[in-house]
Amino acid sequence: MAEPIARLDDVSVRFGERVVLQNCSLEVPEGAITCIIGLSGAGKSTILRLLDGLLRPDGGHVYLRENDICHMRESQLIEMRTKIGFAFQFAALFDSMTVGENVSLPLREHTTLSEKEIYDIVMHTLESVGLAHTYDNMPSELSGGMLKRAGFARAVVTNPELVLYDEPTTGVDPIVTHLLTDTIKRLRKQLNATAVVISHDLQSIYMMADYVAMLFEGAIIANGTVEEVRKSNNPIVQQFLQGSEVGPIPL
Amino acid sequence: MAQVLREVEESPTAQAVERVSVGVLASVGRKVSDILEYAGGLTLLMWETVKTIFRLRIRFAETLNQCYLLGYQSLIIVLLTSLFTGMVFSLESAVQAVQYGFGSFVGGIVSYTVVRELGPMLSAVVVAGRACAAIAAELGSMEVTEQIEALKSLGLAPVRFLVVPRLLALMIMLPLLTIFADVIGVYGGQWIAHAQAHIGTQDFMASARQTVGFEDVVKGLFKAIVFAIVIVMIGSYQGLTTKGGAAGVGKSATSAVVTCIILIFILNFIMSYFLYAGA
Repeated sequence: MAEPIARLDDVSVRFGERVVLQNCSLEVPEGAITCIIGLSGAGKSTILRLLDGLLRPDGGHVYLRENDICHMRESQLIEMRTKIGFAFQFAALFDSMTVGENVSLPLREHTTLSEKEIYDIVMHTLESVGLAHTYDNMPSELSGGMLKRAGFARAVVTNPELVLYDEPTTGVDPIVTHLLTDTIKRLRKQLNATAVVISHDLQSIYMMADYVAMLFEGAIIANGTVEEVRKSNNPIVQQFLQGSEVGPIPL
Repeated sequence: MAQVLREVEESPTAQAVERVSVGVLASVGRKVSDILEYAGGLTLLMWETVKTIFRLRIRFAETLNQCYLLGYQSLIIVLLTSLFTGMVFSLESAVQAVQYGFGSFVGGIVSYTVVRELGPMLSAVVVAGRACAAIAAELGSMEVTEQIEALKSLGLAPVRFLVVPRLLALMIMLPLLTIFADVIGVYGGQWIAHAQAHIGTQDFMASARQTVGFEDVVKGLFKAIVFAIVIVMIGSYQGLTTKGGAAGVGKSATSAVVTCIILIFILNFIMSYFLYAGA
């Protein structure tokens, strides 16, 4: 396994009475695609929010390289987030802006590039996700799959070191799922970045993942390459991968 | 004796009373905790907003856009409200005043009330109904669709991006709207005083000039600035703390307007008390 770019160390998170993560530890290897799988509501998206500093844990530490995110001030977090891309489940594009304005926003705010340079970068990024023709469209004019790809473009336009994808293939048809999975793989190679993907779609995980981690009852119960996790002896992992109703997972 | 006390304590009536008492105490405790949480959250948001403004991290184009959306688009309703309020105030006072022989004071009474109280407060209430609800609904909708988190994830502070432009815009526009409201309220009153009580325009205006000073106008505008801060901060706080999808957005917008209007009335009294003490 490559050196970790990000790390969760003994992290606990609770929302009110509900414990979401309990002494959860995870390493994200640099330059690879790590997929996090688990039941709905298991806390997978919480891990992404922790990695982006959008959420502070109740216990434990979250590291990006050697920097402990948990003790950063908001201004330091803002600086750190410019190195991380986040593609949200429903894209979360700003609906008062066009697709082009959405994608160019981080460049306008964080760089001193000229308008021409920004336009060229944005067009190039939109081309790489197959959406160059939507530059002037409003988000409401795009389909679900196009919205997700526009969200990808906004997440990667600043060439981040780490890209976080929250359920990128949820709610789209199998062809678009294939397209999105392919896009994630291609973007990772183009940017030479690390990716963490939350997904329930096993086919797409097998297609793109270098490493898989399974989250269950607040902790990582399996972590390794796709083959290692598929061959895991853990009955919970096996039940999840087979999609079976019969097994130790309480329904 | 101890036996009797134990029996009383264990009786179903005593246990029911205890349950109700604990329930009431818990409910009061929750309410107090909610109010403190609201006040604390609002104070933090204001502090963050003030820091951002003093660092001059201002988005001027967006501020101008908000001047149009929150201010200019409220102009017609502010003018109509103020016109008819000035007219009805004059209608109620002018005829009576002439009957009792002090018709020459009507201009002063109408303009004094409009400039000091009705202009700033009615403009604020009307703008609160429109702008505060709009701010809470827009920011609330952004919150539930993860757009606020998206802003943060792009390394952009929601306060700088969303709250500061709205605050500066309304701090500019609400005093301007108040000036328009003052003028049209006074002219509406003058027109009705002339039409219903035959009070001459010159008499009305002379009385108004004699009664209302420049200081009164400035104090009215000061009130408008305070109301602008209340409208934007309450709307923004409610919006940014929205939870629970579309229903949550509706609840935030309603709650923002109600809270805002109540605060405007309370603050108007407090400011009048201190600004016009002894006047």
